[in-house]
Amino acid sequence: MSKITGPLTGLLAAASLALMTPAVATAQSGPLRIEITDGVIEPMPYAVPDFVPESGAATEMAQQLARVVAEDLSGTGLFREIPASAHISRITSFSSPVQYADWKAINAQALITGAVSVQGDRVTVKFRVYDVFSGKELGSGLQFAGTTAGWRRMAHKVADAVYSRITGEGGYFDSRVVYVAETGPKDDRRKRLAIMDYDGANVKYLTESGSIVLAPRFSPTGDRVLYTSYETGFPRIYVLDVANVGRRELQTQGGNMAFSPRFAPDGRTVLYSLESGGNTDIYALDSATGQSRRLTDAPSIETAPSFSPDGTRVVFESDRSGSQQLYVMPVSGGEATRISFGQGRYGTPVWSPRGDMIAFTKQSKGRFHIGVMRTDGSEERLLTASFLDESPTWAPNGRVIMFTRETQGAQGQSSLYSVDISGRNLKRVRTEGGASDPSWGPLQP
Amino acid sequence: MNFSTKAALLLAGLSLAACTNPDRFDSADGYGNGAGYGAGAGAYGDGSASDPSSPAYFQQTVGDRVLFAVDQSTISAEAQYTLDGQADWLMRNTDYVSVIEGHADEQGTREYNLALGARRANAVREYLISKGVSAARLKTVSYGKERPIEICSEEACYAKNRRAVTTIAAGAMGTS
Repeated sequence: MSKITGPLTGLLAAASLALMTPAVATAQSGPLRIEITDGVIEPMPYAVPDFVPESGAATEMAQQLARVVAEDLSGTGLFREIPASAHISRITSFSSPVQYADWKAINAQALITGAVSVQGDRVTVKFRVYDVFSGKELGSGLQFAGTTAGWRRMAHKVADAVYSRITGEGGYFDSRVVYVAETGPKDDRRKRLAIMDYDGANVKYLTESGSIVLAPRFSPTGDRVLYTSYETGFPRIYVLDVANVGRRELQTQGGNMAFSPRFAPDGRTVLYSLESGGNTDIYALDSATGQSRRLTDAPSIETAPSFSPDGTRVVFESDRSGSQQLYVMPVSGGEATRISFGQGRYGTPVWSPRGDMIAFTKQSKGRFHIGVMRTDGSEERLLTASFLDESPTWAPNGRVIMFTRETQGAQGQSSLYSVDISGRNLKRVRTEGGASDPSWGPLQP
Repeated sequence: MNFSTKAALLLAGLSLAACTNPDRFDSADGYGNGAGYGAGAGAYGDGSASDPSSPAYFQQTVGDRVLFAVDQSTISAEAQYTLDGQADWLMRNTDYVSVIEGHADEQGTREYNLALGARRANAVREYLISKGVSAARLKTVSYGKERPIEICSEEACYAKNRRAVTTIAAGAMGTS
């Protein structure tokens, strides 16, 4: 990535972005800005004309890039695209001055322009963001280079930069999701691991469907995936290298079944559940030394562990109280504090990458919900409700949650959905067939 | 003109009104004797159901499965009757070893159901051992909610899916 020209003209003030901080009042003439705090729901209108092709081979890609940028931004629910049919000005040159009046006339608050050149299998993309009503550029232009095969990533990077400049939050579009792809009826379901871009593009299957695979989990850098497979007839944990799809069994120690693995923020420690004699507890494996350490030792079920992003605490589920509830303990093990107290059962807790919240599955009165709460259990909010929602995973910026939704009945199918942590913008994620157990990876480098 | 569009990633007081679905925990006791369930002898192939030493006889006449109440792994009185028959058969047919499969219905999260199925399989294993079957012949595995045999989303199906199935195969895991 490189800057094109000029100073940062629209560098945003670093307002507090803490989730619970009240909205900062925005001056009438302030910078182009969406405050992701509270209040409203009116998406910001923007225009993203076809990018300008700067080489002969780039014409088609110039259109496609703009479309993917628009899908990313509009897909957040925070932005609304003004269609090309309403545009007055055409962008025919990346460097020509912008006719602000033409964009103001159609009420485009933000304008995104871009240019692309293709040489062989190399693509270079440039873009600029304009604050139409202030009549100036927001931030400076940026340039990305990549391969033609990876052109969608460049569109995602543009959209991430735009999202980030306008909301002040990190982006999440240039990221991937590993999940379980499903085919077949409920009593003969075939499962295999798959990886895709966050928006469902570029699906690649990582395992065969001969044995059950469950709950893949990305490493913090996205280079490896932990998952559970029945390939020996018994569930064991495997670690897969994303680049070459090589895999090996994780050297957990003893026990009958090993499952529910998750990486620590250091990418080296792995938390997992080990069952022995019908009892399930949580262990931590140091993958460098091969040594496992037992973190819980109770006759109840302890499973679904997830680290805090600072690596000091672990949230997990246990039925030690008589029903499934959420607990937090120090990473060294020891005293656990119960944090869920509402009606119903709580499971699959996942710590937000921002550290401020825990997402979970709640089962109450025959319905399932995805919810979030503060890490001390306060301010519980349910975001969804359906016959069966489960297995939340956080977007890299901690603002969106993806999860599994299964429909009811003999024809029931699993799909992936995403929702804002406000409960807004619930939508299905495009996958080729059935899908479950998503794990949202980090922003790609 | 104010172009700051505030987007809400925080809805104060987002409330989901109590749902009116009947609480499935109130329906049926969930217990049952599993003898006679299953698709027939085909799965085992060898032996006729009329031969008391055949796997088909074990599956169909003795009964290869027991059922559990919601979120429980307690062996019911009816299940004890089936398991007494299983123990008796296993002690008379020492050429067979067993993997006891624990299962859960779909009304639970994936990891919890895996752990719950393990509890159920282990409860059956412990019972069979208490009746004299060698521990070395009995392994357990849990499928959680991954392998339902009934696919409706009603208690009638859930009751049959909350099961532990004693699968048998010729061979030795160890001495009996």
